[in-house]
Amino acid sequence: MSTASPIRRASLPEQLIIPLHQHIGENSEILVTKGERVLKGQPLTVAKAYVSAPIHAPSSGIVTDIAEYPAPHPSGLSTLCIVIKTDGENEWADLEPVSNYRDLSTAELRNIIRHAGIVGLGGAAFPTAVKLNPGPDHPIDTVIINAAECEPYISCDDMLMRERADEVISGIEIILHTLGAKKALIAIENNKPEAAEALQKSLGRTANENIHVVAIPTIYPTGGEKQLIKVLTNKEVPSDGLPIDIGIVVQNVGTTAAIHRAIHFGEPLISRIITVTGNGIKQPQNMDVLIGTSMAEVIQQCGGYTENAKQLIMGGPMMGFSMHTDHLPIIKGCNCLLVETTEQRQGMQTMPCIRCGECTRVCPANLLPQQLYWHASSRNFDQVQDYHLFDCIECGCCAHVCPSHIPLVQYYRFAKTEIWNQERDRKKSDHARVRHDFRQARLDREKRERDERLRKKKEMLEKKKQEESQASTAEIDPKKAAINAALERVKMKKASTTVTPKNTNNLTEEQQKKIDEVDKQRQASKTK
Amino acid sequence: MQFKTTSSPHYTPENSVNTIMRRVLLAMIPGTLATIFFFGWGVIINMLLACVVALGTEALMLGMRNRAIKPYLLDGSAILTACLLALALPQLAPWWLTCIATVSAIIFGKHLYGGLGFNPFNPAMVGYVIAIISFPKEMTQWVPPLLEGYTHLNFLQTFQVIFGGQVPAGLSWDAITMATPLDTLKTQLGLELSINDIHQHEVYGPMFGAVGGIGWEWINGLFLAGGLWLAMKRVIDWRIPAGLLGTLFFLSNSFALYDYSSFTPPTFHMFSGGIMLAAFFIATDPVTAATTPRGRWIFGAGIGFFIFVIRTWGGYPDGIAFAVLLMNMTTPLLDYYTMPRAFGHHWREFPQHTKKHDDE
Repeated sequence: MSTASPIRRASLPEQLIIPLHQHIGENSEILVTKGERVLKGQPLTVAKAYVSAPIHAPSSGIVTDIAEYPAPHPSGLSTLCIVIKTDGENEWADLEPVSNYRDLSTAELRNIIRHAGIVGLGGAAFPTAVKLNPGPDHPIDTVIINAAECEPYISCDDMLMRERADEVISGIEIILHTLGAKKALIAIENNKPEAAEALQKSLGRTANENIHVVAIPTIYPTGGEKQLIKVLTNKEVPSDGLPIDIGIVVQNVGTTAAIHRAIHFGEPLISRIITVTGNGIKQPQNMDVLIGTSMAEVIQQCGGYTENAKQLIMGGPMMGFSMHTDHLPIIKGCNCLLVETTEQRQGMQTMPCIRCGECTRVCPANLLPQQLYWHASSRNFDQVQDYHLFDCIECGCCAHVCPSHIPLVQYYRFAKTEIWNQERDRKKSDHARVRHDFRQARLDREKRERDERLRKKKEMLEKKKQEESQASTAEIDPKKAAINAALERVKMKKASTTVTPKNTNNLTEEQQKKIDEVDKQRQASKTK
Repeated sequence: MQFKTTSSPHYTPENSVNTIMRRVLLAMIPGTLATIFFFGWGVIINMLLACVVALGTEALMLGMRNRAIKPYLLDGSAILTACLLALALPQLAPWWLTCIATVSAIIFGKHLYGGLGFNPFNPAMVGYVIAIISFPKEMTQWVPPLLEGYTHLNFLQTFQVIFGGQVPAGLSWDAITMATPLDTLKTQLGLELSINDIHQHEVYGPMFGAVGGIGWEWINGLFLAGGLWLAMKRVIDWRIPAGLLGTLFFLSNSFALYDYSSFTPPTFHMFSGGIMLAAFFIATDPVTAATTPRGRWIFGAGIGFFIFVIRTWGGYPDGIAFAVLLMNMTTPLLDYYTMPRAFGHHWREFPQHTKKHDDE
């Protein structure tokens, strides 16, 4: 639908809103201030954490705001964004292209890729530099280039390969060099003969024998990382593992082109190709769009909406997120804008599950979706994990084939979130318990120490008193002794006649002890 | 522009419960027509009666349970239960028997458990078992299948028998009903006759036809055809009928090879009684069958096993209903222990073993 016309470069928008967090991982730190003029390709943030990616100015202009703006996320929540008012100059910052990447160490190459802000362009937006660093324990044998579109309708990878095959191949060569891998397999769906041909031609020019184009059947969700590896190599990535555990790294084909531009031209990731399609779009096509361009603007440039446009989806029809507004920026992970004319599932009666097992047949993770649904809906979270809930990739196949029209994936998301919450609560309560125990121990220790201090003090006092009384008896003269004896007598008399003060009634032993102590002290000071 | 948001996937599902039920009913048509052809008007009367009663009971129960009546009434599941039941009951069963069986199927077999999708037992088989245990005599009123020497009733006569309980003037019950070939074989084998003797018998011999008895072989053949179409359309899972028929064939063949004179030959097993209806239309009821691929093999094989056991040594000529209900009981267990190996997991990881983490 969207492959009829070539990729069109979207015109420069007046304003770019670039969310800081467009990738999986930690946030990056802002380098620019409000009012500052930035050049195209100039870094706006720097990634401090390992799993992180910086963002760059997609065009030259003035930073007008650094604040929270609505982000393209299913929650519709806002996130910190840098807003640039473009000046139309498109003035590039100083770029540092690498003349011969083979002269650089792999760490240096990774660093360039990292500073170029490159993330996986298939949709997940995982920082590419991290993926290219499997570590010495994981020798990489094969690099798989995922050229299977994630979902129906999406054609941005297809168009990229048709038009920029050389960039793709060059990017793959850099990846092979960086990882020290033996071969690269470009997995391309068999419904994209033009793209495959373009790649073959490009390969013929470079004469690189380590890169192979492999046709795979067009069955959703073959574009899923683990599914693709299975189709190509018949190896299964362990449930709790990563592709690097079996010596494989998968990169999206769009990412390879971005790597090519970062190394050979020093260009950071500031634009991407995006499919704008669906029955609700007047001119479906692929657009080369600057990151931060408003979705509304992109759609406008595709002829705008048809009259009956009802739904805007970021991503594909199976796993995409439905957006509540089009005043949202395009981000690095956004591969498709799909505008549908019918509101899905409306007026469709959800019936009880009749256990037909269609979902089991189509599940690419080999799960029992129907049992998962059963236990998730009854909040049976232990059972649901027994049935491997966390191996679900939320591809949506089960919900699509369900004759009872049960929104199955929603149940799995619910169960996953609930389990995460429980886990968090459990950790919190564990933490609280540890803290409580620690406090209790501290209080006990403090009490012991106080008692100990008191005891020592008492001992010292007694010792002192003894010493002093010995000293005083030796030095005292007879006259003073007589006066003392008289005073003592008066005191004794007084004590026997006067009423004892009320606040010293009902004293506890401890208090009495303290009073005695004080009295003794007084006595001692008097005798001095 | 503002939009409504929904959760993915955003494709409209193509299939519906209604489509499934409609296709199953459609696939039953050839076999049903053959049944009507061989057994006469009683089949149609039973079916209509069962359908009306089933829909009425379903509506009543839905109303009492405060459920939306229209979508559930139109899902086709009640009609399907009624049709299966009507095909399983004898053609001259009195009207009240059909009513009791249908009402029991819908109420006890389905709604008391929570309606569509929640019943552990096949509703039609629940209705059938209640009928056969409570009214064994009435459950033998089968009509001779277009066999010479018997009187075949017209519509009015059939109507009178079913609703009036009266045999038409000048006829006796013996003249209008006949034991089924399965029943006959069982009785005669019990009398120490050999299979060959029974087939050569002057009274009983003719009813056995070519393989499964006059009429029965056609009916079973057409249900088999309809069932294969369903399996091709993936409305039903082929594993259940394959497991069922495979086991039945294997067992009957082994025993017949061991002693061909006192054990029924496999061809007869496969084409007599309600075997094809059971294999493709009853055992495959998704709600009450196992859902995992391996579970479905075992489920089907279990039914085949019990059918053979009951037919050979049990007290009833055809044990389909009991076999199905017995295996229905095992489905939760089967589902749990036959879980497929999830992607990226090892076969060794048995469901229970994942719990280990909690104990540690």
